[in-house]
This record gives sequence, C-alpha cells and structure tokens, in this order.
Amino acid sequence: MAGPLSDAVTDRSGALARLGASLLGLVFNLAERPMALAQKALGPRRLPWVFLTPNLVVFGIFTFLPIAIDIHYALTGGAQLLPSQRPYVGLENFHDLFECENYLDPTSCKRDLFWFGIYNTAEFVVLQVGLMIVFSLMTALVLNRKIIGRGFFRAVFFYPVLLSPVVVALIWKWILQRQGLLNAALDGAGLSTTDWLLDAHWAFGWTVFVSIWAHMGFYTLILLAGLQAIPRDVYEAAEMDSAGPWRVFRRITLPLLAPNLAVVVVLALIRAVQIFDEVYVLTGGGPGSATTFMVQYVFQTAFTQQVRQYGLAAAASLLLAGVLFCLTLVQLRVMRSKGR
Amino acid sequence: MATLQLRRVVKRFHETAVIHGVDLEAAEGEFVVFVGPSGCGKSTLLRMICGLEEVSEGDILIDGVRVNEVPPARRGLAMVFQSYALYPHMSVYQNLSFGLENLRLPRAEIDAKVREAARMLRLDQFLERRPTALSGGQRQRVAIGRAIVREPRIFLFDEPLSNLDAELRVQMRGEIAQLHHRLGTNMIYVTHDQVEAMTMADKIVVLRAGRIEQVGAPLELYNAPANQFVAGFIGSPRMNFLEGTPTAVDGSIGVVVEGIGTIRTDASGEGVTEGARVTLGIRPEHVALGRCGCNDVSFDVAQSEQLGNTTTLFFASPGFAVQVAGQVPARRGEAMSLNLPPDRCHVFDADGKALPRQSKGAAA
Amino acid sequence: MTRLLAMLTARRGRGHLHWTDWASYLHLLIGLLLMFGPVLWLVLSSFKSEAGLVEFPPRLLPYEQARVSVEGYQQPLALFRITAGDMKGRELAEVRRIGLQAQMVDPANPREIIRIPAQDRERVMRLHFALENYGDLTGRFAFGTYLWNSVFITAMATLITLLVNSMAAFALSKYRFSGRDAVFVTILATLMIPPTIILVPNFFIASALGLVNSPWGVIWPGVATPTGVFLLRQYMLTIPDELIDAARMDHASEWRIYWRIVLPLSAPALAVLAIFSVMWRWNEFLWPMIVLNRSETFTLQLALNSFQGELTTSWNYLLAMTVLTLLPVTAIFLLLQRYITQGIASAGVK
Repeated sequence: MAGPLSDAVTDRSGALARLGASLLGLVFNLAERPMALAQKALGPRRLPWVFLTPNLVVFGIFTFLPIAIDIHYALTGGAQLLPSQRPYVGLENFHDLFECENYLDPTSCKRDLFWFGIYNTAEFVVLQVGLMIVFSLMTALVLNRKIIGRGFFRAVFFYPVLLSPVVVALIWKWILQRQGLLNAALDGAGLSTTDWLLDAHWAFGWTVFVSIWAHMGFYTLILLAGLQAIPRDVYEAAEMDSAGPWRVFRRITLPLLAPNLAVVVVLALIRAVQIFDEVYVLTGGGPGSATTFMVQYVFQTAFTQQVRQYGLAAAASLLLAGVLFCLTLVQLRVMRSKGR
Repeated sequence: MATLQLRRVVKRFHETAVIHGVDLEAAEGEFVVFVGPSGCGKSTLLRMICGLEEVSEGDILIDGVRVNEVPPARRGLAMVFQSYALYPHMSVYQNLSFGLENLRLPRAEIDAKVREAARMLRLDQFLERRPTALSGGQRQRVAIGRAIVREPRIFLFDEPLSNLDAELRVQMRGEIAQLHHRLGTNMIYVTHDQVEAMTMADKIVVLRAGRIEQVGAPLELYNAPANQFVAGFIGSPRMNFLEGTPTAVDGSIGVVVEGIGTIRTDASGEGVTEGARVTLGIRPEHVALGRCGCNDVSFDVAQSEQLGNTTTLFFASPGFAVQVAGQVPARRGEAMSLNLPPDRCHVFDADGKALPRQSKGAAA
Repeated sequence: MTRLLAMLTARRGRGHLHWTDWASYLHLLIGLLLMFGPVLWLVLSSFKSEAGLVEFPPRLLPYEQARVSVEGYQQPLALFRITAGDMKGRELAEVRRIGLQAQMVDPANPREIIRIPAQDRERVMRLHFALENYGDLTGRFAFGTYLWNSVFITAMATLITLLVNSMAAFALSKYRFSGRDAVFVTILATLMIPPTIILVPNFFIASALGLVNSPWGVIWPGVATPTGVFLLRQYMLTIPDELIDAARMDHASEWRIYWRIVLPLSAPALAVLAIFSVMWRWNEFLWPMIVLNRSETFTLQLALNSFQGELTTSWNYLLAMTVLTLLPVTAIFLLLQRYITQGIASAGVK
C-alpha cells in the first residue's frame, strides 16, 4: 500500500480507537449525573422507562412513525416529499398499480414494471428458496458426518454469507462477463459461450444462483445445529435395525429436523421477498426488466426517476409489507411451536 | 450498633399477603435469627428491612427513625447473600472496595479499610484473585468482608451457609459468632436450619406462613415452646407427639392416649374442656428407659441407630423416638419399657397452643 | 501416509468407504471449488495489470509481458521469443513494429536491428503482481475518504447499537414494572417492519432531520434492533438478581449497576451483537444509497457500485477496491469464526 494511504489509515484508526475509549468514559460520566437525578426524581418504579427511552425513541422515529407516514404517502399524490403539501387522492395509487387489462400479462398493465416485479419476485422466491433449502440441507447432512476437516468445510460454505452484496455481485460479474472465467472455461471445453448477464433467461438464472451462493451458508449452519441436536443413539438404534441411509434420512432425520426446517424456510422466504442489493449491482434489474424485483420497483419509483412518485412507491411497499406481515406471523407461529 | 423495630409490617405481592403484620424489636448489639420452613417469609422480611422489597403496610424503624422510603444503600445496613453475590468480573479487592468507591471515599481510606477487613478475615493473599478462583469458604469470607468494610449499623445474613458443606458450615458458624462478639454490631440472620439458630442467636424469631410464632432466647424456645409448631421445629431429633383427650389428675392435666392409657403431666388444665382433643409432646431425649411408677409404657422396637455416644430407638406404634446417652443394645421387635417424666411433658390444645405448666420449663 | 489413508477409509468401522462417503467428499470438493474459487479468482485477478485483465482466455496467475531495458533506448522494451527461422529460440526485444515486420534487438547486442516476421514470435510472459492497482487507489480515487466513511459509520453505529439496545435489555430483564411485557412484545413486533418497506417515509424523516448526505442519516435508523434487544435480554436474564441487590446495598446507583455490573457481565452477548452490527453496517447498501448522494459521503459499498456502473470501468482498480472491501470482513471471520458461527446458530439471526 502506498505511503499516504496507510498513513491516513493508521492515523485515522488510531484516532478512532482513542475516540472510542474516551467516548465510553464520556458516556458513563455524562449519563451518571442525570441518571442519578432521574433515579431520585422518578423513583425505582419509573426508572426502567428512562433506560428504555433511547431505544423506543429510535424505534418510534424510524420504524413506527414511518409506517404511519407510509400510509399517508400511499393515499396522497404529487411529487412533493413534505407530507403536508401532498394532495389527498384516496386509493388512486392502488388503482393505478392494479390497472391491467390482463393480470397475467404485465405488458397490458399501466404500471407494467410493478407487475414484472411481482412475477419476477414470485418466480425468484420459489426457485431460490426451494433450491437453496435443498442445497443447504444436503450440505448440512454432509457436514454432520464424521468428515475430515469438518470445521474447515463449514467455514468455506459459511464465508460468502459475510461478504457484502456489492462484493458478491462484483465477484460474479467479473466471472460472468463476456471475457470472464466461465466463458474461458466453456471455450476451452469447446462449448459455445454467451453474454450471460445480457440474456434475459440466463440473467434471471444467475441472480437465483448468486443469491443462493451468498446465503446458503447461513441456512446450512442453522440446519447443521438442528442436526447436531438429534441424539446419536437414535441413529445407532436405526443401524441396529439395519435401515439404509435413505430410509434413515426419510424416517428419522427429516421428521426430527422438521421444526428447524420450517424455521429456515420461513426465514428464507422473508429474505427472498426483499431481494435487492446483489441483483441491483449484478444486473441493474435488466436486461429489460428481466431481473427487476419488488424492492427495486419501489426504489426506482421513489428515488431514481425524473418525477419522483412517492405515493406509488409507498403503495407498492405497503403491499410488500402485507406479504411480509403474513410471513412473519407464520414465522412467530413456527418458532413458538418449535419451542414447545 | 443500632436498634431495629418492625411495627405491623405487611407485605403483599399482587394482593396476596405473604407477611401478615409482624411486630418485632431488636435491641442494640443483638444477634437475631429468623428461622422457619421455606416459604415462611423470613427472607422477604429481611429484604424489607434492607429495603430491597417495598413495605406494603406498617413501619420499619432503625434507631427510632422510620426508613420505609429510604433506599437500601442509605439505611446503613450491609447484607451477605445466600449465593454470596460476588461480582464475578472483579477481583476480591475490587469486590470489597466497590461499595466504598460508590460513596466517593478517598482512595487511601478505601485502601485502609479493605486491607483491614482482609486481614480480619484472612483474605490478604487472595486480594488480586477473582471470586471463581476461591474456595467456598473463602468466597463466603469475601461476602462477609464486603459487608464489614461498610461499617454498617446492622448486618443482614440471608442463609449464608446453605451452600457450604457440613464441616465448613460448622467452622463458618463459629467465625460469624466470633465476628459478632468482636464487632458488637447487630446481626439479623435468616436460616431454615434450627441448629444454626440455636447455636448463634441471642434471640430467635420463629416464623411460619408470614406470622411470628414465637420470639425468645434459644433455650426459652426449647424449654417452653409457645405452641406445637415451635415445639416441633426447635430441637433435634424432633419432639414426639401423641394425640389424646384431656382428663383432670390432681389439679394438673392428664392425657388419655388410645392404646396406651393416661399420661400425667404438670400442665394446668385451665380452660380445657372435657372431651376436647389435645396433643401430648415429649422430646426424645427426655424419655427415660425402665420403669419408675409414673407414666410407664412399653413399646416394640422398630429400628435403632447406634451412634456410639447416643442411641436413638424408633418405635413403630405409636410413631415415637427415644434418644438416650450411651450404648443400649436393642433388637428389632423387642419390647422396651420406658417412662415419660411428667415435668417433661408438654400439652397443646386443639389449636396447637401450649398449656401453661406449673414447673415452668423444668430446666436441667 | 498409510495411516492417513486408514483414517480416511475408516468410516462406519467397516474398514472401507461407503458410497455415501464418496458422495460426501465429492460434494465438499465441488463446494470448495464453487464457494471459495470465485473469491480466489477475484483476489488473483486484482493483481493483474490492465492488459492482463483483457486477455482471453485469462491466465490463472497475474502474468505480464516481460520488458527489458536496453542500452540506447529510453523506455523498457517488450520481450519476445522467436518461434521460427534461424533465430528460433532466442529472446529479443521489440523496438517497433511496421506492418507484418517487427524490428527487434538482442538485449545483449543492442546496436544491431533484426527484422523478424510478426507471426514468427511469441510474447515472453513473467509473473508480475500489479501492486499499483492498490497503490493508485488513493491518488486516483478518494479511496481514503470512502474507507473513512465506512469505518466511521460502522464504528459509531456499533457503539450506539450496543449502548441503546443494552439499556433497553437491562430494563426489560432486571426490573419488574407494569407495561414491561407490552414493551417487549412491541419491540419484537418491529421484526414485521423490515427497513425495505419504509424506505420512502424514512427518507422524508432523514431529510426533515437534516440527515441526508450525513453519516448520521445512515447510522440512526438501524441503531435500535429487535434482534439486539432480544439477544441481550436473554443473556441478561441469566445474570443472578442477587448481584443487582448486592450492588444496590453497595450504594451503586442504577446507572452504575448497569454500567459496572451488568454490562461487563454481558460481554459475550455484547460481542456477538457487536460482530453482527459490524457486518450489517459494513455491508449495508440500499439505505446508504438513498441517503448519501454526494460522492464524498459515499461508503465503500456505494463507491464500488458507482464505479462499476461507469462506462469506463477500470476493472483493475475496481477489483483491487473490492478485495480491500472484503478484507476486514474476512479478517474478522478468520479471527472470530467460532464466535460468529456459534452466535448465529444459537440466535438464529443474521
């Protein structure tokens, strides 16, 4: 690394460490006096509310208040950001989104991109979650065996989970480009090459693949923890009953793993519906609208177009919220039944 | 040194009272032990005294000053917890100094006090260790040391010995008694173990279901239990109880026990109606072997425990135990002659209240 | 070696490998190639020169055409190996190329110009790590600024996350007060409101608070997290209440109890949350993209995204920057792998 860069980094990170340490002391000292006064003034019964306040304020401002404003945006029109300057339009934004001649054909809709987003997202969710769970389960089963270098392989499968979506997308973009590694390999094998991210079908397939690549380690880990919770003696008993591997899997592993599997499926669904980051960097939603998903539709409608249609974006995100709300209810239910 | 007074103290959790109006006084320098079965409210009472639980009704006074609303730290008390509650992330020294630092005492003074307490409790060489690196007895001493450095007006102990093994318990019992002797400070000590209560207390408070059953010096409780509960709780092995009906004998009361006959006592029969149910109580160590012409009985031996210095005999019918000094050969099924000295017999009425006795305890 | 073989084949105590073992190792081998190969390819590529990057088919390692400095020529000259004619096998440096003919010199004898047909020679390649891809980042791009922005946001957000959530967890785990359960359920309910569905109103709030184009606009919205509260509360429940009582008897104020007793004892849970928070913040993309519009406020992720979108993408710099971006995460992973995997397996969150 060049001099100026490393100097800048060491300089700033040293400053940061000092800042962190003095900040901790400062927080304690700053807070001690007012907290002591609060304790005296409020008494022990109301003091916990003081401890809860920062958290609740942040939740209030950045989670609960936005829900209300979201609804307001969805019911108002115009390009103004300030809620008070937006004219009330009732359900017009929703009508706008749903204005279609034929719901099965997005091109016949007024907001065709929205419908492309819905269909793409639905297809993506089914493919990505289905395939990812299968691969994760296979990997977890393999890692649950007495394998040499188990910890190493577990780390290998988990590592991509920690990478940022942008990095993930760039890694694969570099491999999939016209003169990338994949085409080189195919060329070397005498097979035909193509511009993977410029072909609608291939591009969609690769978004599924890349997001599986990036996330399957997480689900593998949870499933592996579930597998390791199954007592060994159950397997030994099955072996005594001379059950084959497939039978053991179908009749013992799968039923005992079912609660974990349910949790993992719901978690994966919730995250797949919100797919955006890595796809946006990898394909930008293209070619055409082949890889445009729901969140990207909201993002573009609100933030990247000449006329910013906040109302339309808010309406679309409320519909997305409805889907996620149902999925989260299922998640909480599944988790509770697992706890039992 | 301080005085402690409780006046009609009541504690409720969600409308259910767990302490029903307790009145109590502790004089300066007194060692008071709260004893009772688990769930009797003794720990709750202690936590109310130190301020960790709010008082629902009534008053708590320290040195005559009402402290109900005073926060725990400002009551001038120190507490030794059952689990010791040592701060696991601090060294022994930091555990001892933490409270003093919170008082913003000067460093030098803190250091002097910590070292003084450490010397007194023989903790000098462990000051830099973490609590996890100490034995049970050492942890116990740190917990006591943490209380000592604060120089409290009253020490509170919440079952401090229940996590120790039997041998260490005896040793720590002695150390706490010695500490009390040396410091002369009031101590309030909660335990469910009547042996601890008997060996350490100036005054024992027997609690049951949120009520005081009896307050008194250890031997007072032993010799003249106010009721059947105290009689059964204090003393080991447990007092024998035989149910029967009262009958007047020479101005005293006799108890007619089915299958045994009339047993004479020296309790007065005042206020006892003919035909009521009464209970006769006698401690196993007060039953004598052989015949003396008064209250002679004969039971079949069910089991005998030979400890060398004492022998405990158990009789199946009626359920009855006898403890005698020395070694008494006894075979299972063998009939044994016993006598129940009348001046050692307690009589309890249908409500469990002890009837007054003429020889007042007949100590010795 | 035989021992290793015996160990390899000792599955199921039968002395030979079951077919499921073969399948397992095959699975792992393909997995290793697929999961780790791309990252390795990225790192190797990032050391290639601009010319090496456009080469097709690409080489595995970063090669570059060898150059030699020859007496009488100011610039180093490209080196070729002659493949035909009477000079076959010799390595000559190219002075210039005219049509199908190349003028070459022998580095050992620089005065004599040799003419060689262009198709009768091949380039001499040498292993060369193009470190300038990394070195030039600060000069050509405001890499230091992006790095600082990312580090600042990650560090500040993590500190505040730990503080805010541990305070709430302390209140929810160590006090009995009316409304406690309602608050806890409310906080858990925010799981149902992921940030992606409140982008528009949050942008309004950020702009109303003057947080657009400020790192604090990225930091604040994600500071309170239901996951964090839940994780810390569950851990704090295991701290015995007697410790808190003891501290109260020790004249400690409630704030001091929180700071000096409960926080240090919650260190393992705080560490897990800190690791999560660092990962979340370092990798965060969509929300920063909305709040940060000016390039001097960009985080590394945003900078990467905006460079890859430019038409004149210089892949050599982009790849180097990508490697630098994944470096801290990789370092944390290597150091704290066990912590992270255990934390995730036990908390079931990411």
